[in-house]
Amino acid sequence: MMKTSTKLLSRIYIWLILIILYAPIVFIAVFSFTEAKSLGNWTGFSMNLYKNLFTGSMQNSSALLSAVENTLLIALIASLLATMLGTVAAIGIYNMKGRAKNVMTFLNNIPMINPDIITGVSLFLLFVFLRISQGYTTVILAHITFCTPYVVLNVLPKLSQMNPNIYEAALDLGATPGQALRKVMIPALRPGMISGFILSFTMSLDDFAVTFFTRGTIGLDTLSTYIYADARKGGLTPELKPLMTILFLIILVVLLVINIRQSKNNDKK
Amino acid sequence: MPYFIFLVIFVVLPLLLILIYALQDGAGHFTLKNIAKFFSDGDSLSTFALSIEVAIENTALCILIGYPAAWILANKDLNRSAVTVVLFILPMWINALMRTLATAELFTMAGIQLGKGTLLFGMCYDYLPFMIYPIYNVLNKMDKSYAEAAQDLGATPGEVFRKVTLPLSMPGIMSGVMMVFMPTVSTFAISEFLTNNKIKLFGTIIQENINNSMWNYGAALSLIMLIIIGITTFLQGGDSEEAVSGGAI
Repeated sequence: MMKTSTKLLSRIYIWLILIILYAPIVFIAVFSFTEAKSLGNWTGFSMNLYKNLFTGSMQNSSALLSAVENTLLIALIASLLATMLGTVAAIGIYNMKGRAKNVMTFLNNIPMINPDIITGVSLFLLFVFLRISQGYTTVILAHITFCTPYVVLNVLPKLSQMNPNIYEAALDLGATPGQALRKVMIPALRPGMISGFILSFTMSLDDFAVTFFTRGTIGLDTLSTYIYADARKGGLTPELKPLMTILFLIILVVLLVINIRQSKNNDKK
Repeated sequence: MPYFIFLVIFVVLPLLLILIYALQDGAGHFTLKNIAKFFSDGDSLSTFALSIEVAIENTALCILIGYPAAWILANKDLNRSAVTVVLFILPMWINALMRTLATAELFTMAGIQLGKGTLLFGMCYDYLPFMIYPIYNVLNKMDKSYAEAAQDLGATPGEVFRKVTLPLSMPGIMSGVMMVFMPTVSTFAISEFLTNNKIKLFGTIIQENINNSMWNYGAALSLIMLIIIGITTFLQGGDSEEAVSGGAI
């Protein structure tokens, strides 16, 4: 048994870190309820920023809203495609042997080891080299590039847990390869695919550097690049504060629900 | 295999292009001038040294603060709820730039001058979850019977930690280092916000060169960074992904 003093100390430690970790987020949330332009300037309680956000009655509201839309759309498309590509790739890699498998694993690891800026710069040079004009498509391709390895990594362990005979049994019983894939493989791999998808989605949402280098000059903004440009101009759009607060609450609820359900499932087992 | 082709086009070829652009001048002729320029340019060199220094300090700070936290979270006697673990990784879901701006704003409000101190604090704040999470994963999966056996054989708690727990959790620390060190060297926006543009890190000068159409020099700087990544990955042995892949949430 642990001593009570150790318990108390470790509890204090954990909460101290959590308080520091959440201070800026709470800070944003608190100051979303006032009207002042700059962060940290309290001019009395007001819900106006929320009202502006929902009615769209603010300066360059269309730019902010389209940035939000782009962020979500890019994350959704990129992570869906990355999940499909990554699952197929994982099945392929799993069935490889020896040298080929090592080479593929090595190549798959590169995007995960590379810092964002290297991925961004290298893809920027690729699109320049291939004379592809940069915009929506290049950003999505770039996001697929850095997301797919994580899907592969999440699906591979599910493949090794799976009984390989089931797939062949399905074929023996007359299923077409397509049917066997849909009815046997996919259900077995689903947990890995889902966690790969969630990981891809969140990484794509949070990405700044890769988007920054691959979005070209057509004025495409995601939330990250919007905030960056905004901050450099000096003076954030004040409506970002309520937006961030709402996003935070949504994420908080979703994550807590997922985890409570997960731990219930674990208890049942 | 289609994924192989995909990786060649979007991973291998772009990296080769960094090499090619780094070794070319504006007109496309082979040259070593870009590399030489880096080694003769005092500004670039000192930025580079400063970036490495900040990255080392930040990584050390993250280990010092993060390891005890991960240890407590993984200890069933001290922490029974999975929710606390979620709370630790949740800030990663909030836009990093927004969080960083708020951190910088908090410093200004508290009357603290933005500079290297705030840079380190803010970096540590941004990257701490990336250190805690892999260490937590490794500690959580670790077979507790080793530590118990050492205890039964007469080791003091300190010895158990030094000789059993710590060595067994090294893979977690290593992948944490991977996830903190290189990203710290290469960030650009975060360091700009936290120091009000007073301190430039290596990522910033790469960005400035690329954005000012000095692709060749930007590529040369990227190449130098790639070489360092290669060296750190090689030193580390490269089997760190196990710790990271242990479930997304």
